[in-house]
Amino acid sequence: METIYQDILTYSIYGSAMVLVLIGLYAVLMKKNLTKIVIGLSIMDAGLHLLFVAIGYVSNGTAPIFSPAAIESGQQMVDPVPQALVLTAIVIGFAVTAVALSLVIRLYKHHNSARIDQIKSLKW
Amino acid sequence: MRKFLVIGLLSIIGYFLIGAFNDIPFGENRIGNPADESTVAGYYLNNTVPKTQVANTITAIVVNYRGFDTLGEVTVLFLAVTGLGSILFRRKEEGEAERIQLSASPLLNSGAKLLYPMIVLLGIYVFIHGHLTPGGGFQGGAIIATGFLLMMISYRDFKVSHGKLAWVESLAGITFVSLGFWGLFTGGTFLENFLPNGEVNHLISGGIIPIIYIAVGLKVAAELIGVLDTLLKIKPEQK
Repeated sequence: METIYQDILTYSIYGSAMVLVLIGLYAVLMKKNLTKIVIGLSIMDAGLHLLFVAIGYVSNGTAPIFSPAAIESGQQMVDPVPQALVLTAIVIGFAVTAVALSLVIRLYKHHNSARIDQIKSLKW
Repeated sequence: MRKFLVIGLLSIIGYFLIGAFNDIPFGENRIGNPADESTVAGYYLNNTVPKTQVANTITAIVVNYRGFDTLGEVTVLFLAVTGLGSILFRRKEEGEAERIQLSASPLLNSGAKLLYPMIVLLGIYVFIHGHLTPGGGFQGGAIIATGFLLMMISYRDFKVSHGKLAWVESLAGITFVSLGFWGLFTGGTFLENFLPNGEVNHLISGGIIPIIYIAVGLKVAAELIGVLDTLLKIKPEQK
């Protein structure tokens, strides 16, 4: 019983990351409002970051910081490389979101609507 | 109709995602035994403390091993701020931009006044201790920006000077690049460490890493405050 509970707990991290990616993709494909599409992209970002960090996890591992307590206990540390990459990815995600939102604001001011089905100049 | 198509597509993608992650067991030790240096993670875990004297391995990777990449990352952030400013530019005759006037409650006002210096202090603590504890320049900068955001939403007449922000940002960027060139001239490679490493788990340790992370923290804080201020000053069109 204990191990099944453990399994559900650990695999739920992969599961929630995938669910976040799929929710983001759903928002990007289905929503008409441009702001909601940008929010969908952000949710996809969050799912990918969670997936990255989850891949680097080691069972019963501690954070890769050599504090006196961690050196003393000699515990196995988790993989530091995905964490460093996610730090970069979060910053790039922020930059993408900021620029996308500013474009949405410009489009709203120009067409007086942020819904893609009401912006006529997008049709050809 | 479209909904069913999209849900079908998403279930196909989800099926293949689950199939792919069945082959990557969660929590498995892929680093190898502690003395193993055949993997990248093993190399970092075994060599950061003897070579750089930095306790936080992630800081050592981001600022030392991948320092040039971090310089590029800071440049991307700078470009995003510049792009935001140029997309949302205002003509001179439209007048000075102002935030929409709404009155915040007295509770928010006095709470913000109390919390604002503490949040800024926490941010400064996080990026000064970036090489010892979890955190670093990017995280500390983001914390400082949230303190300014609290003040912006609770005091409508709270102004930030974009000229001063630009000064802080430029000085921090110049510090980062000139430390890199100093290393190039004295050590032979860009961002070469030219200061003594010190001792692990002391505030002054790790050579140029704390200096670079303080510069990154100030730069990120200035950029995020600029972005927040620009986005909050959007006026709805009066029709």
